[in-house]
Amino acid sequence: MNDRHIDVVIEPTRDHYEDIQLFTARGSWIKLALLLVVLVSLPLLLPGYRVFTLNYMAVFVIVGLGMNVLVGYTGQVSLGHAGFLAIGAYTMVLLMTRLAVPFPIALVMAGCVSAFFGFLLGLPALRLAGPYLAIATLGFGLAVTQIIGHSALFGGHMGLVVPDAMVGPFPLSGDVSKYYVIVGITFVLALGVRNLSVTRVGRAFRAIRDSEIAAATMGVDVAYYKTLSFAVSAALTGVAGGLLALMTGFISPGVFTFTLSLMFLAMVVFGGLSSITGAVLGSIVMGYLNLEMDAFQELPVLGPALEGFSARFMSTVGLPNFGWVVTGMLIVFTILLEPRGLYGLWIRALDTMKYSKSADAELSRSGSGAD
Amino acid sequence: MLPQVLASGLSAGSIYALMALALVITYKTTEVPNFAQGDMAMVSAFIAYMFLTDFETGFIFAFGAALVFAFLLGVGFEVLLLRRMRKPTHLNLIIMTLGFTLALFGFAGWKWGADQRQFPFPVSANEVIRFGSVSISTLSVATILIAGILMLLVFAFFRFTKLGVAMQATQQDPIAARINGVPARAVVGLTFGISSVIGTVAALLTAPLITLDPTLMWDALLKGFAAAVLGGLNTPVGAVLGGYLLGVIENLFGAYISVEFKSVVAFLIIVIVLWFRPSGLFGRHHERKV
Repeated sequence: MNDRHIDVVIEPTRDHYEDIQLFTARGSWIKLALLLVVLVSLPLLLPGYRVFTLNYMAVFVIVGLGMNVLVGYTGQVSLGHAGFLAIGAYTMVLLMTRLAVPFPIALVMAGCVSAFFGFLLGLPALRLAGPYLAIATLGFGLAVTQIIGHSALFGGHMGLVVPDAMVGPFPLSGDVSKYYVIVGITFVLALGVRNLSVTRVGRAFRAIRDSEIAAATMGVDVAYYKTLSFAVSAALTGVAGGLLALMTGFISPGVFTFTLSLMFLAMVVFGGLSSITGAVLGSIVMGYLNLEMDAFQELPVLGPALEGFSARFMSTVGLPNFGWVVTGMLIVFTILLEPRGLYGLWIRALDTMKYSKSADAELSRSGSGAD
Repeated sequence: MLPQVLASGLSAGSIYALMALALVITYKTTEVPNFAQGDMAMVSAFIAYMFLTDFETGFIFAFGAALVFAFLLGVGFEVLLLRRMRKPTHLNLIIMTLGFTLALFGFAGWKWGADQRQFPFPVSANEVIRFGSVSISTLSVATILIAGILMLLVFAFFRFTKLGVAMQATQQDPIAARINGVPARAVVGLTFGISSVIGTVAALLTAPLITLDPTLMWDALLKGFAAAVLGGLNTPVGAVLGGYLLGVIENLFGAYISVEFKSVVAFLIIVIVLWFRPSGLFGRHHERKV
């Protein structure tokens, strides 16, 4: 049983065979079907403005999947994913407005163009590890917003209005119709990333993360897979950017900031690096937090308390920034207390249950099971 | 035109050099690029602002208080957060500095709002001194002088004091340093304190030039990193030279090629340098062990 690695940080906690087993097990198909039913019925049950929130969270989930491929699987850090999001969003909008490309094709193109930039950024990554790569991606993210903000083609700081989208003959007008498009794409992409992790490519990614040299020795083409990881991650984020543009109807460089890139990193760290479920959960939490940041004072009990505290010690106009404090603190405490994030907590909970069930069996095994 | 461009490059470069130096000092000790460097300095600059406007103290007291706060913040960050990590891998350390920077950014926005504030300063950015054909603001002169003197002091400190030598020893090999009686853990904390103070000086010199808001040091942080990468992340002197070089290159680019895309230069330099000479212009190559 591999899931007892208490002090292992980003190691996958299941091995390859367990991965496959989990995915083909009958229970997992039932869960998947249940999830699908819930997702389809959600917009019918919730009030209209909540559907917008769901769309926003779904976009974050796609970015989370992309971050998961890069950071969780391949172990390459990126501080510039807001840049890929911007590239995706602007590609789609420009294709639709300037060349009258239909929405589905423009969205695919958004992913492709973003993937191309991901590939370009992945090239220096071949020679760079950890800190250098983080610095290069930081520069990338800032450079993208600078260029967009200064170019007339991209609408400068004023931003661009997104034209109405059509899927075939159907116009995407309301939040609900957008919901089915966005969440449908999210669902398919999540399955795709989940499957990617158990393929040859996914294993190569993880081999690189665990030890680049060992991976190369085993015959993994490190250069190829590193750039591929960047490209896949960027493609996912580019698609998310296109969908973000679709749902908000307006894009400007002010959206794609450095702090947003940090939030993207926070999602996967908080959720649990290298676990799809973790990344999805982390993205949902952070997406919600990011969207609700402007309305903290409207929270049930916490809101007035926060407002009072702000008025007394901080400032009321700055209250939305409290969200960044929460995000930052979540990262800090995740790394301090449970570096595997929510997913790690889940594993721990499972462990405690298992221990109480069969403490003797565990004890007898733990003698030899050190890593 | 050229001497004028060089002068403004030197003035901007002073800030980059300070940031680069601050980053390199801690990078050498812990191999962590401290992404919180900029926002630690930004919050400290806000502390100075608070003393100046809310408590109406003098400049010396306010700046002194900011530097003391910066020192404590740096030491506190290392002792309370970085040191207590369960699994201090590279990735986790980087993520920790990022989480901290986000929290600081949020704190500053929460406390002081996102408005752009005028930062009071003894010398003005609008008063101009003329040296022949070159006109340069008193603020720029002050920046160049203060940064230069501070960096000389820091290098002298590392070279000539016992504590400075102990720090260098810790940077080279913490275990060997401990065997030789250096309290290595305390020294690491102290390094973060000193680095934070250097960064704060950069912030105090940047704030009067632009306006004070929570994004004050984003640009300077990127430029500091670019400068450090250009000169070599492992060589303090190289990083400082890299800072001046970056300032000059950037201003040359702005003057002769394009003003709008001046800020992209830093990113291009990072990519080009890392591609052709990953250890920087002045650094020695450092092979990674298995």
